[in-house]
Amino acid sequence: MTYMITHAFLQSYWWLIISLLAGLLVFLMFVQGGQSFIFSLPRNDMQRKMMVNALGRKWEFTFTTLVTFGGAFFASFPLFYATSFGGAYWVWMAILFSFIIQAVAYEYRSKPSNVYGTSLFDTFLFINGSVGPFLIGVAVATFFTGSDFTLDLFCRVTWGSGWHGLEALVNPVNLLLGFAVLFLVRVLGLMYLSNTIDDAEMAVSIRKTLARNAVPFLIFFLAFVAVILTGKGFMSSPAGEVTMVKYHYLHNLVTNPLTLIFFTGGVVLVLVSLWLALFKNSDKAIWYAGFGTVPVVMALFFMAGYGDTAFYPSTADLQSSLTLENSSSSLFTLRTMMYVSFIIPFVVAYIWYAWRSINRKRINSEEMNGDDHMY
Amino acid sequence: MIENFDLSLVNWSRAQFALTAMYHWLFVPLTLGLSFILAFMETIYVRTGDEIWKRITKFWMTLFGINFAIGVATGIILEFEFGTNWSNYSWFVGDIFGAPLAIEGILAFFLESTFIAVMFFGWNKVSKKFHLASTWLVAIGANLSALWILIANAWMENPVGMAFNPDTARNEMNSFREVVFNPVAIDKFTHTVTSGFVLASVFVVGISAWFLIRRREQMLAIKSILIAGIFGLVSSLLVAFTGDTSARTLAKVQPVKFAAMEALYEGRTDAGLTVIGALDDSGERIGEKKVHDVRLKIEIPKLLSIMTTGKGSGYVPGIKDLVNGNPERGILSVQEMMNRGTYARQVLTDYKMAKELGDTESMTSLAAMFEDPDFVDNYFRYFGYSYFEHPWQVIPSVPVTFYSFRIMVGLGFFFILLFALALWFYRRQSLERNRWFLWLALLSIPLAYLASELGWVVTEMGRQPWIIQNLMPVNVAVSNISTGAVQTTFWLFAVLFTALLIAEVSIMVRQIKTGPKQKEE
Ligand code: HEM
Repeated sequence: MTYMITHAFLQSYWWLIISLLAGLLVFLMFVQGGQSFIFSLPRNDMQRKMMVNALGRKWEFTFTTLVTFGGAFFASFPLFYATSFGGAYWVWMAILFSFIIQAVAYEYRSKPSNVYGTSLFDTFLFINGSVGPFLIGVAVATFFTGSDFTLDLFCRVTWGSGWHGLEALVNPVNLLLGFAVLFLVRVLGLMYLSNTIDDAEMAVSIRKTLARNAVPFLIFFLAFVAVILTGKGFMSSPAGEVTMVKYHYLHNLVTNPLTLIFFTGGVVLVLVSLWLALFKNSDKAIWYAGFGTVPVVMALFFMAGYGDTAFYPSTADLQSSLTLENSSSSLFTLRTMMYVSFIIPFVVAYIWYAWRSINRKRINSEEMNGDDHMY
Repeated sequence: MIENFDLSLVNWSRAQFALTAMYHWLFVPLTLGLSFILAFMETIYVRTGDEIWKRITKFWMTLFGINFAIGVATGIILEFEFGTNWSNYSWFVGDIFGAPLAIEGILAFFLESTFIAVMFFGWNKVSKKFHLASTWLVAIGANLSALWILIANAWMENPVGMAFNPDTARNEMNSFREVVFNPVAIDKFTHTVTSGFVLASVFVVGISAWFLIRRREQMLAIKSILIAGIFGLVSSLLVAFTGDTSARTLAKVQPVKFAAMEALYEGRTDAGLTVIGALDDSGERIGEKKVHDVRLKIEIPKLLSIMTTGKGSGYVPGIKDLVNGNPERGILSVQEMMNRGTYARQVLTDYKMAKELGDTESMTSLAAMFEDPDFVDNYFRYFGYSYFEHPWQVIPSVPVTFYSFRIMVGLGFFFILLFALALWFYRRQSLERNRWFLWLALLSIPLAYLASELGWVVTEMGRQPWIIQNLMPVNVAVSNISTGAVQTTFWLFAVLFTALLIAEVSIMVRQIKTGPKQKEE
């Protein structure tokens, strides 16, 4: 019996880590959000250069978090990795492509002899900035809406739809989260830019644009939350039988105090950040928004995974749905990995320290004319 | 289990993985080695305070950045391709294989990416010491990430530290230590990173030679040749040493690959090591596989026996012994392994059926078998063989393995000579006068890339048909998607990577031609 409890504990622990990484990832996608403005925000080349350099110093954190998120998911819930990646092939491939082009775009965009010209690399940044967050939002939404797959006796996946994941794009609920994430990271991106760039003209245009993006974010987000909380959820009984139950996610939200606190606390912080940025002219809003985004995303993951819930449900065959229990690694692996995870706070600490030491000075046009490494 | 494999799906999936891996490996070794060369150079700068060293460091750092970006771009795909294209593999071994991947992210990637930002943007923002520490941390981070991914790769070559769980129908880790200290992992890590050091050193020496040929930046060039020459010489000696150790381990854990590398068909005592040779179709066949004769052979007597057994008279099994079995030497035939594997698979299927039917009695007795050492060591061990139809299917491509191996090793010895000459001419202050040497050094750059890629060809082609040695052949591991989908992504990747490679090379060449910035502020 103790064996089971320990394994279950570790499964929950790893779901917590996955949720944390997901929360950090969404926050760090402010880089993508910022990129999506590359053609619309800057009025001239200098402004674009400041913007790209402000974002470019952070892109690797987001990228690394995405890679670590993937690795941690693989190690802790390998059946999810096998099922979702091997099944929803096209969605994941599209996400990957959008990130491959990002990785080179910063380094190559302004280098002489870059063959394709700055504007193509800037287009890469734009595509990554808009398509990436949107598709990630859609993919996460399927945790609540389900996917079309079945698993056989040996846990091999067969995907029902020949669209291999793209069919998720025709479910309006998935689109709601896709757009919510997109507009959220756009808001975060603007807040980050206003925090990092020291330029009066840009500050004005950032504030105007912010208002135009905050409203759709709130609408899409609230609509998505309303739909999943009032709709049916995928409940998994202790014996492992999956059924659809009305108000299941609402139940998960209100009965788990941690979820409730993270969710409401996070939403309040995000609202405070919007108020600060729009009405108080503050350039510190990004910190409130960041500290709000992480727990809200975590709360969504808690709702999808905790409380007798199938976190990767199958609409084709409910019993093929993945739960924390049936998709996880062994007790031994999860425990070993838990020890490894203890160094995460240390990693966060040095990232914080390095980040501060680079961002001590805000970016201005003078620095852009210097001869340091530049994008 | 899967009875009908779609061969074209398997082949396209392999092609896609090979494409991504080979592109990725064009960029990684330079990162592994150049990061240390940067750290050495900057250390000299900080110790001496001599601005010339700062200028040198910054020049190579620019090239480092151009190369690094595209390495990152190609790397992310490999990680996700395990899931997208090899989903059966991902489930079968995710319990073990996923862990090093996750650790790589947590332990290494963040280190690297965090301090790379300080390294590039911190020159005027942080103290000299902190900057230097960041450069070192980038080098350590890059090499640590190599460590974890190579542990994962080594596990596929020599699966250890695990047991099969019939309930989940997969392998589960039971000793993290065994996975980490897998002898193959140690060989692989030491050989691979030192080969990256060699490649980066050839790169630095070669480009510096170009400056000398053009009579530009002589100071930068000569100082760079000194650093890279020393680093390269030490590393190339280590590469030969670790390559030798790898081969010895290989002879034990992957004897078929080893025999293929040597094109050794008949087992022998007093076996010599072929230094040079050309393969020729002998007309004989093992199943559908050609048997090759080695012509124009120059061999070092007894060396192969010594390498594998420690004695000149030691016995080295050939491909035929390994396929047909050799009772005298205690070698099982592949047919026998197939029979035993099939039996093991039947036991698993019976267990699954009993579980479906709720037949607890059969379940208990069948489950017990998976803990019985006799069943595990003598039957389950050959599980993967149950997927073959013919014994000859275990033979990899002998020509590919044989030639790739010889070219890699030959180049390895050539690089030792190259670095020794570089240092010799440096000491005699005659680098600039020996223009033939400068050209040789410049033209060696592509050879270093060739050796490095061929190393992986030996490893990965030589272990075919296995994705996990003895446990899972490649064709069972593949995701259940359409061939068309994989073909499409293959071509998308091929076009995109090629386009990006062209940009990378073009930018790199331009930066080299421009040379370092004229003045340091
Ligand atoms: C000098 C003599 C060399 C010897 C005896 C040697 C030996 C070997 C052996 C036996 C393997 C296969 C290991 C396996 O399948 O598990 C290997 C792989 C490899 N070699 Fe070499 N090698 C030499 C030189 C080089 C050089 C000069 C380079 C590149 C600059 C290189 C790069 C690689 C790489 C990248 C691999 C694949 C990674 C691995 O499996 O370790 N090698 N080498």
